[in-house]
Amino acid sequence: MNALIGRKLGMARLFNEEGAHVPVTVIEVGPCPIVQVTAGAEGAGTMVQIGFGAKKPTRASKALLGHVKRAGLEVVPQVLRTFPVAAVTDGGAAPAPTPGEAVTVAIFKTGDVVKVTGVTKGRGFQGVVHRHHFGGGPETHGNTRHRKPGSIAPGTDPSRIIKGKRMPGHMGARRFTELGLKVVRVDAERNLLFLRGAVPGPMNGLVTVRKQGGRSRHD
Amino acid sequence: MERLRAVEREGLKTNLPAFTPGDTVRVMVRVREGDKERLQAFEGVCIGRRGAGINTTFTVRKISAGVGVERIFPLHSPAIAEIALVRKGRVRRAKLYFLRRLAGKAARIREKRGVVVPETEHPPA
Repeated sequence: MNALIGRKLGMARLFNEEGAHVPVTVIEVGPCPIVQVTAGAEGAGTMVQIGFGAKKPTRASKALLGHVKRAGLEVVPQVLRTFPVAAVTDGGAAPAPTPGEAVTVAIFKTGDVVKVTGVTKGRGFQGVVHRHHFGGGPETHGNTRHRKPGSIAPGTDPSRIIKGKRMPGHMGARRFTELGLKVVRVDAERNLLFLRGAVPGPMNGLVTVRKQGGRSRHD
Repeated sequence: MERLRAVEREGLKTNLPAFTPGDTVRVMVRVREGDKERLQAFEGVCIGRRGAGINTTFTVRKISAGVGVERIFPLHSPAIAEIALVRKGRVRRAKLYFLRRLAGKAARIREKRGVVVPETEHPPA
């Protein structure tokens, strides 16, 4: 398995051996029970559905109850997510995922590079300065274009506004993936993952953590 | 929130002396030179503390070669090997920034009487 679902607990401060402080996000990840294993597209390995959290049985639909029961789970997960797992190429060293088994934070180790997907904090309706980092205009010297976007198009020709023009509107509360975060510490006992840097979403927000290759953004 | 604070508490030091602004302290700083590590002392007056928990920092001011030098230390950083309390000072405010525009005799701090400064072993600086 190379992915897990978790809950962002928030940010904290750790010190490294040199005594410098390291800003970390603490995420409670897993244990995530495997709910379903299906064959993916040809040559793409398998699709593994895992769950996280707990939901009251009275809050779950009968379809979900049956789905979970088939995996042999006692608790109905709060969320289900499906991840592709690459076909085992290293001689079958990794065990095949079986429904009912739990995936824990132990799949990560210190130094791993991961990407975290979550829903960003909602900012409401925002202007172009906040939303698109427009420069805005001067505050004084008779100027009235303080935070307005200014001209948004040429005139008679083409008599329309080009698509994708950056304008005021709703900001945040969208899915976002932060790439290249480094695992600083893994606490298997408490199911905690410590990542250097920030991850999308509010405290207690749901996030998915996936392994990735390449360099960390903080190297 | 509580679980997050619990994570931070693990990094807190427990062997810190109780010092307040106005006290003279000697801070032993781990300095890395190449692959060798040694301790460097920074002794001066603590002119303020800020933050809480693992975020606590304190400022030490000393006069070095006639020039005022201030260093801000994270209280719980492993780079600080030891903090020794040298002298308790009697002051009436939490931030002693007024010392910056005073020099010589005017910048003295009265000693707090009746306080036993614990003798501590100092590794050679």
